[in-house]
Amino acid sequence: MSRIAPWHQTNWDWRAAANFIGGGTGTGLVIAGAVAHFLGTDYRLAFALGLVFVATGLFFVWLEIGKPWRAVNVLRQPQMSWMTREAIVAPFLFATGLGALWTGGGVLAWITPGVAAVFLYCQGQILRASKGIPAWRSPGVVELIIMTGLSEGAGLTLVLVAFAGFEANLTWLQGLLLALVAGRGLAWYAYRGRLDRDGAPARTFAALRAIEVPLAVFGLWGPILLLLVAFGVSSNGEWIAALAGICALAAGWLLKFTLITRAAYNQGFALPWLPVRGAGKSGPGAKPGWR
Amino acid sequence: MTRYVMAADLRRCVGCQTCTASCRHANATPPGVQWRQVLDIETGEFPDVKRTFVPVGCMHCGEPPCMEVCPSTATRRREDGLVTIDYDICIGCGYCAVACPYQARHIVHRATFAYGDQPMESELVRFDPKRVSVATKCTFCKDRIDDAKVRGLKPGVDPEVTPACVNSCIAGALTFGDRDDAESPVSKLLAETAHFRMHEELGTDPGMYYIWDRKEEK
Repeated sequence: MSRIAPWHQTNWDWRAAANFIGGGTGTGLVIAGAVAHFLGTDYRLAFALGLVFVATGLFFVWLEIGKPWRAVNVLRQPQMSWMTREAIVAPFLFATGLGALWTGGGVLAWITPGVAAVFLYCQGQILRASKGIPAWRSPGVVELIIMTGLSEGAGLTLVLVAFAGFEANLTWLQGLLLALVAGRGLAWYAYRGRLDRDGAPARTFAALRAIEVPLAVFGLWGPILLLLVAFGVSSNGEWIAALAGICALAAGWLLKFTLITRAAYNQGFALPWLPVRGAGKSGPGAKPGWR
Repeated sequence: MTRYVMAADLRRCVGCQTCTASCRHANATPPGVQWRQVLDIETGEFPDVKRTFVPVGCMHCGEPPCMEVCPSTATRRREDGLVTIDYDICIGCGYCAVACPYQARHIVHRATFAYGDQPMESELVRFDPKRVSVATKCTFCKDRIDDAKVRGLKPGVDPEVTPACVNSCIAGALTFGDRDDAESPVSKLLAETAHFRMHEELGTDPGMYYIWDRKEEK
C-alpha cells in the first residue's frame, strides 16, 4: 500500500535538530555576551561557550551527511543555497570570535555578534526554503528561529551570571531576556496563526499542540513571572533570574527539537480533481492527512 | 526551447505498477527505492467510493526547490528541463529531500539487495557504488534522451529514446515529450484534455501533468 497522506520525513533527525539548537543557543550567547560587553563587562566566557555550542551543532550535522569527507562541497552554491551561506558564515564567526577572545576587546568584539546574527538568520532561512515540509516553510519560521536563539542565549547568560561568576549588569540582562521571551512568544503565536491559516498535515498540528502548554509555561509566562520577581527582590535575584534563563533555554530547545523532528511531516500527495471514468463524473479532490 | 514533460492520464491508469517494475529494471534501484511509483487513492464513503491510481515521481520542475537549496550544485536543471544529480558532487545532506514537495528523492546509506547484503549476479553487474549515501531520483531515463540526439530519434515518439515507464505502460496512460513542440504527442494530448499539476501552488512549475477529463468544448 503506497503512502498518500503526509508521513514523517526521515532525512533530518536529532543531529540536524542539534545543529539548530547549538547554532541558535551559541549565536544567541555571543550576541548576549556582546550586550553584556556593551554594559561594561567581560564577554569572553559567553563568546567561548557560544562558539563551542555552534561548533558542536555543526559537528552533529557533519555526522549526519552521507558523504562527510566531501563536506567542503557544501560551499559551492552561495548564490542560492542558505546551507552554503551558513557554511560560509561559520568560519568567519569562528575567526572573529576566536580573534575577539585572543585580543580581549577591540573591534572584533563588535563584529562577532553581527556575524553570529547572520549565522542565525541563515538557520532560519534554511528551514524556510524547505518547501517539502509545511511546518518549516511557513514564513514565520525565520522570526521564530531568530527569537528563540536570542532568548536561549540571553537565558544562558543569566545562568552564567549565577553559576559561573560571569559578571554582568544583571538588571539589563534580565530586561533583555524579558523582552526576548515576550518577543519569542509573539513569534510563536504568529507562526502558529499563519500555519493554521495556510494549513499543514494534521499530525504536524498534533506534534505542535503537544508542546503548546510546556512552551507557554516554561517559555513565556514562567520566565516573565520569575524575571518580574527577580526585579523586585533585593537579594538572590541572580538565582531567580538564572531559573528564568534555564526555563527560556529549555523551552527553546524543546521547540526546535519538536519542529525539526516530530512536527516534520512532508507534503504528501493531493488531487484537485478525481478523473472522469467511463460515463461517470469527476469527483471532489483529495488531500489526505491535511487540515 | 525544449521542455520535456510527462503526462499521466488518470482516466486510463489501472494501477498495475508495470511502470514501477520497468523503472526498477531500467535503473537498478535498490529495495525500497522506487523512482516511479503509483499511488492507490481511495476516496468517498460507502457506497459512493472512488479509487484513483496516480503515478508519481520526480516532476522535473521548472523551478525546482531541490536545486535552489542544494549547497553542492549537484542538482542542476538542464536546458531541456531535466533535473539531474551529479553523484560525484552530492554530499548526501538530504536538504533536497526535505525541499522536494513530491517526496521524490531517496538516500540510502548502505548497499542493499533483493536478498539482503549479498547481491545476485545480475544485481552485482549493475550495482553503482556512487549511488550510496547520495540523493537519487527519477532521471526521465536521461541516458536515453541524450542518446536521441546521437541517433536522430525523438523522445516520446521512438521507444528507444523514451523513458522506460512510458514504454511499459499497458494502458497507454503515460505520455512523454517536448511540451514546447506543438506537434509532439504530449503537446497534442494536453491541448485536447483537462489537466492539472500537483502542488502547483507552491510555485514549482512541475513537469508532470495529470489528465482527468476531456477539455470542455466552448
